[in-house]
Amino acid sequence: MRTPISSIFLVLFASVIGSFGAVFLKLGAERLRYGFKHILNAKLVTGILLYIGSSIPFIMGIRNGELSVLYPMVSLGYVCAMVWSRLFFKEHLTPGKLGALAMIIAGIVCISSGGR
Amino acid sequence: MSPVTALPPTEVKRSNKPVYMVLASTAFAAAAQIMMKFGAGHPMPKLDLAHPATLVALALAIITNAPLFFGYSMNAGMAILLILALKDGQLSILYPIISLSYVWVNLLSMYFFHEQMNFWKGFGIVLIIGGVGLLGKVSSRE
Repeated sequence: MRTPISSIFLVLFASVIGSFGAVFLKLGAERLRYGFKHILNAKLVTGILLYIGSSIPFIMGIRNGELSVLYPMVSLGYVCAMVWSRLFFKEHLTPGKLGALAMIIAGIVCISSGGR
Repeated sequence: MSPVTALPPTEVKRSNKPVYMVLASTAFAAAAQIMMKFGAGHPMPKLDLAHPATLVALALAIITNAPLFFGYSMNAGMAILLILALKDGQLSILYPIISLSYVWVNLLSMYFFHEQMNFWKGFGIVLIIGGVGLLGKVSSRE
């Protein structure tokens, strides 16, 4: 089965939206420290909506093509999420984290090239 | 030696609980992907934004598409675990761990979609497991 380039772009787009979803989920989740009644807060809802929203281009993307090729394209989202956690949450990007991310991306590239 | 330094080191050991919660959520995520792939194969009405009625038809088709519906449910389970983990954990540690679902998806794809295993896929799986393991180590050290 061939994987069209349009499918790849749709999945990449979905992954960037998903990384923003994670940022809002984290912002909303931190409110839960003040009690579980804060489960319905605007940030958490925004995060969930972005997460659900990202599945629309994702489904459109995976309709044509191999799952084992398209699914790894979500890796762009991991890079974005790493940048967002530094920017928005002032988390330290330690060598261990960056090394782990590099290993994961290399692994994802290996899997996608192995899928062809 | 001052009394302060004589005290036993009160090492603030960060709990690895958020890491384990995300590990569990990857199982949900992988199951969701497989379900959604099954669901994506179902015939779906074309969405035409100029005609709002097609949106209703598409929504109905999604709700009545059982694999897609279960896929969304699994994603909901995954999201709940992820939210509870993000409450205390770092995004830069937890988010990349989601990549472990690639490993499950590849193994499940072999079974359900008869996709072939080869050297590079196997090597990629080993790298991802190594990367996730390293993140677990980073999490317990910080």
